[in-house]
This record gives sequence, C-alpha cells and structure tokens, in this order.
Amino acid sequence: MYAVFKRELFSFLSSMVAYITIGVFILVSGLLLWFFPDTSLLDYGYAELSGFFSLVPYLFMFLIPAITMRSFAEERREGTYELLITKPITLWQIVTAKYLACLVLVLFALIPTTIYYYSISKLGYPEGNIDSGAVIGSYLGLFLLGAAYTSIGIFASALTKNQVIAFAISAALCAFAYLGFDYSSQIFAMQNFETTISSFGINQHYQSISRGVLDTRDLIYFVSFATLFLLFTKLAMGGKR
Amino acid sequence: MSISVKNLSKHYDKQKAVDAISFEAKPGRILGFLGPNGAGKSTTMRMLTGYLAPTSGNAEISNYDISTQSMEAKKHIGYLPENTPLYTEMYVKEFLNFVGQTYQLKNLSYRVDEVIKMVGLTPEQHKKIGMLSKGYRQRVGLAQAIIHNPEVLILDEPTSGLDPNQLVDIRALIKELGKNKTVIISTHIMQEVEAICDDIIIINKGKIVANDTIEGIKLNNNQDSLENIFRKLTA
Repeated sequence: MYAVFKRELFSFLSSMVAYITIGVFILVSGLLLWFFPDTSLLDYGYAELSGFFSLVPYLFMFLIPAITMRSFAEERREGTYELLITKPITLWQIVTAKYLACLVLVLFALIPTTIYYYSISKLGYPEGNIDSGAVIGSYLGLFLLGAAYTSIGIFASALTKNQVIAFAISAALCAFAYLGFDYSSQIFAMQNFETTISSFGINQHYQSISRGVLDTRDLIYFVSFATLFLLFTKLAMGGKR
Repeated sequence: MSISVKNLSKHYDKQKAVDAISFEAKPGRILGFLGPNGAGKSTTMRMLTGYLAPTSGNAEISNYDISTQSMEAKKHIGYLPENTPLYTEMYVKEFLNFVGQTYQLKNLSYRVDEVIKMVGLTPEQHKKIGMLSKGYRQRVGLAQAIIHNPEVLILDEPTSGLDPNQLVDIRALIKELGKNKTVIISTHIMQEVEAICDDIIIINKGKIVANDTIEGIKLNNNQDSLENIFRKLTA
C-alpha cells in the first residue's frame, strides 16, 4: 500500500497539476481575504480569521475535486488500472492509498495559509490579540472537512472514465454535503426533525469544531463520512468486474 | 500443473464472452492462445490475472485458486495487458522500482538492474516511459511482468505494433523466458506461433475449438498450414 501511496504522491508532485491547483487556491484565497473590499479582512475592522474559515469550504469545493478527479478516472482511461489491480494488492489498499495521497496534497494547500494567522495576530491591537484556540479548532475543522470532500472526490472519480465529469459530480456532491442538508432542513422549519436533517450536513459539524470545541460526535461524524464514501468507492470499482 | 482451468465462464448479460473453457498449461512450454478478435482471449487472460471475476468455473495458478486465494495467485503471475498500459509520466527505473515494491521484493535495486539488462533496456533506462518508442515500451512492459520472477507469464498480444527487428528481439526474449516458466501468449500472427509456441489453443466465440501441440494439430489436419487450419476452425 505504501508503494501505491508514494507513487500517487510523487506523480502529483512531478506534474504541474498539484502546483497549479494549490497555487490558484492560495492566489484566490489571498485576493479574497486581503484585496477585494467586500470580503477583505482589513476592511472588516476586527483582527480575526473567521472570514477566512467561512470562505475556504467554498474554495475547497473546487480545489479538492480538481485534485481527486484523476485518481481512478485517469487510470481506467489509460488502462493502467488493469496493471495495478493485477498486482498482489487489494482494492481496499489502492483506494486508501489514493485517498491518503490526495489528503496530503490538501494539507499542502492548507499549510501556507497559516501565514494569515501570523499577519492577523500582528495586526491586532494589542499585538497578538487573537483567539488561538478558535484558529486551531478551525484548522482542524478545515482538515476534517477536506478529508470528507476528498472521499467524495475519490468516489466520483471511480464512477467515470472522464475527469471532467468526475470533477462536476464531486463539486456538486461536496456542495450538497456541505449546505444541502441545512437548506433542506429549512423546509421543515419549526418541526422537531429540522435539526436532525441539518445534523447530516457537514456545515453543522464544521461550525461546531470551528468554535474550538472538539466534540467526539463531530470527530466520529467526519471519520464515518469519509469511511462511507471510501466504501462506496470500493463498491463502484469492484462492481465493474 | 502451473495453470489449470476448469469450466471457466464469463457472461455479460446474455452474451457468453467465455463459455465453460477448460485447459492446462505446463512449465517449460509456451502456449499460443489464438482466435479471431472478440473470441474471448483477453477476457480469459483477464480472469486468470484477477482483473475480471469469472461468472462460473474456476482456475488455479501454481495450485492457488484465483478466486479464493487471489493474492497468492497474483504473486505467481507476471502479466502484460493488451496495448501495454504504463505510467507514462514515470521514469523507467522509478516505474520498475514501484512494481517491485508492490511485490515486496528484496534487493530491489539489484533486481531492477538485472531485468533492465535482460530485456535490453540499458540504453534507455534513464528516460521517461512516455519518451520511449513502442518497442522499448513493450520491453518495459515485459520487464515489469518478470521482475518478481513469476512461475507463470501471461502476455496479451506482446508483439503487436512492433517493427520486424523489435519483433525478432521480443520473440527471442519470450522464448528464453519460456524455458523455465509457463507462458501463455495471445497473438494473431501465425508465423509467430510457429516460431515460438510449443502448444496451441484456438478459441472461437468463447469456446475452445482446438487444443493440441503444434505438431499434433498439423498432423490432424493433413499437414495443412496453420493459417488454413485457423480459418477452417473459426470461419
């Protein structure tokens, strides 16, 4: 499994795909947070990062599908999947290895943004006046959100040989998983299962972790979310035999 | 027996791609797998290598059942799929190292150098696979199939699209490998069968229509040419 993981990661790093997608992500988030007046942290008046953390889930809806779309779609189109699956490795190992490689890339996209934390803490008055607990919680939340999106992306990539279709499916599924449950729960506003429906969505759990409170329920939610989609991926790939 | 196939079938809906075929292959012999396009050659090979799951029947590779002991069976097979799919963005050595790691080989770098020499890749070993000519890619395909020194080699049209010089080289290599392994190759070229194969299986519409040694099949058909026998059996 380690061999497949390493190969996936190196193929990301040796192709332009990784650098361009991560570069675009950093560029867009930088522009939105520091330059565009509507969303700028500087115009906001408070030295805090909550604007950043509510923005990134939307950027991830495009960044992560762009990273994951090739994982199975390309292998099946090129025929290399046949080469891979006839080696003595199980399908589950292949799925996990590809998932982890994509997740590491998501982490690579997140790490450079920690500089925003430094800048904002310097800009605070008095200097360093920033809620570090909430920032750490929010980063953890973002990572878990990324882990959930990545599992969706891997699954979408297993459904088709066409990378563009895989991208579109996973972007749509990510958007639905993030917001769809919240919106559909509003149809049943004031009824007792409103909160039940919205608790299926990522947003609610993400918000809860972002507050800096690490609840095991949220952790369990994200872990089971990712596991479920990886199981779907295995079924989708195994079903074609 | 290093390969033993019993009543192996693959159905797609109502179409029988492979219909209850049985055969055996012995070590030290090269088995030619012949048939018109769409006869079920690739499907059979894909079932033996674990890429496709059979609808019914079973097969054993070095006494490991391909369905219930697939991991063990896969360790004993070297497989070159049709059209030689390879990770074109990888370097030759990097790719062979990766394949070796999936088999958890020891002394891998030594073994990689050894197979590069065996298949004649030495002049191209520092290039990216995508930059290689078709003949050299075929050699990379063969190298990844033999890197773990498997008992069974399954090669799906290993010589398609090669020029006459490359053909001779690859055939010689396969013949050399066949001395102590069980080799199955599929091909459309009859001269190739006569040049390298010991046994021959002709398959048509999912069924075996001939299973014999080269000498045997000629003897049964009044010393006719293989081409004529093939046309007579599959037309």
